[in-house]
Amino acid sequence: MALTKEQIAQRIARELKDGYYVNLGIGIPTLVANYIPAGIQVELQSENGLLGMGPFPFEGEEDPDLINAGKQTITTVPGSSFFDSAMSFGMIRAGKVDLTVLGAMEVSETGDIANWKIPGKMVKGMGGAMDLVASARNIIVAMMHTNPKGESKLLPKCGLPLTGVRCVKKVVSDLAVLDITEEGFVLLERAPGVSVEEIQQKTAGKLLVKGDVPEMKF
Amino acid sequence: MNKVVAGPGEAIHDIRDGVTIMLGGFGLCGIPENCINALVASGVKDLTCISNNAGVDDFGIGLMLQQKQVRKMISSYVGENAEFERQLLSGELEVELIPQGTLATRCLAAGYGMPAIFTPAGVGTEVAEGKETRVFNDKAYLLEYAFDADFAIVKAWKGDAHGNLVYRETARNFNPMMAMAGKITIAEVEELVPAGSLDPDHVHTPGIYVHRIFQGSGYEKRIEQRTTRKK
Repeated sequence: MALTKEQIAQRIARELKDGYYVNLGIGIPTLVANYIPAGIQVELQSENGLLGMGPFPFEGEEDPDLINAGKQTITTVPGSSFFDSAMSFGMIRAGKVDLTVLGAMEVSETGDIANWKIPGKMVKGMGGAMDLVASARNIIVAMMHTNPKGESKLLPKCGLPLTGVRCVKKVVSDLAVLDITEEGFVLLERAPGVSVEEIQQKTAGKLLVKGDVPEMKF
Repeated sequence: MNKVVAGPGEAIHDIRDGVTIMLGGFGLCGIPENCINALVASGVKDLTCISNNAGVDDFGIGLMLQQKQVRKMISSYVGENAEFERQLLSGELEVELIPQGTLATRCLAAGYGMPAIFTPAGVGTEVAEGKETRVFNDKAYLLEYAFDADFAIVKAWKGDAHGNLVYRETARNFNPMMAMAGKITIAEVEELVPAGSLDPDHVHTPGIYVHRIFQGSGYEKRIEQRTTRKK
């Protein structure tokens, strides 16, 4: 069984370490906040100017001055801080944010990522994605392994316009957990009931399988 | 030091066709609602607008787009606006998309009196096309120039007659660095307080950067994505 979006988020949450500052992108990455392991304290950065993002507000307690980068109403947690957009990207550029989780349309075996533009379609913009991928020390991509047509999104080389080059360190897809190394994708874990062969068949980029590949457990 | 003007009409009276203006805000959060309405009423056109987003169809910069007052938008994300899309596809509107951190830092550079910055955002992508690249400590960076804006229009929570500004929560966003970057900076505030009542230790934008200030009214503060949880 391929992982659900919630399970992808749950698996990524296991990469969190105590004391991490984390930037979560829009979509599946946002769900990671729901699965922060017990006993671990992380602080969420929202690039529109907040460290210490909390959950959505209770109904009736929405504050129009308090939103996240997805323009959703949010709350703060004790110990949070506000700052301007220049400082926000300053801390990102300076490598202060420990982990960035974002979605992707394509990832290459060398760690290139494409997630902002499809030629021929209305281009909405890159927002903060290019800044994040250019500077983050550790980037995990949450994505589907294939597109709706069944074609691999893990490629030798991205076909879509790039967001950043040689930056992605790890991919958690609905089928597998993979590291990106100098040699290409390295298969670390597979979704429950998904075979190594299926993952190989659905990974167009170079894929290394070293020994037994354990199943993820939930 | 009295920079107080009567209202948005007076604040924007000398904004003419064809100028470049910065507008603070992230999405619809922290946008200068009063000045945008005054710009719409003034009918000024052929504007180049530097703003992280372009509003929605019936609010924010979207109101200026409806009146076809904007010739060019410089933004990082413009996804929430159907009229914007129509004008872009028909060629009426020019758009320059730049990374959000680059946008913020090009404002900051202008306010700090620095002509340019080096940033890694966009290296190896189409954003880098035609730009000078330099390598520092084995990492490539793009040369990006400080913005040159005729006017900056910002929104703050509180301000005083000297132009000192305090922002609230994430409504701060692009407002402080845009306030620093305009040749003429106009600030609208929710509450104009007497000089001396803001704690100098808590001022976010020192008044030297602000040329005109007024207390706005009728703030709608529209929420773009109302998300809640149950008690």
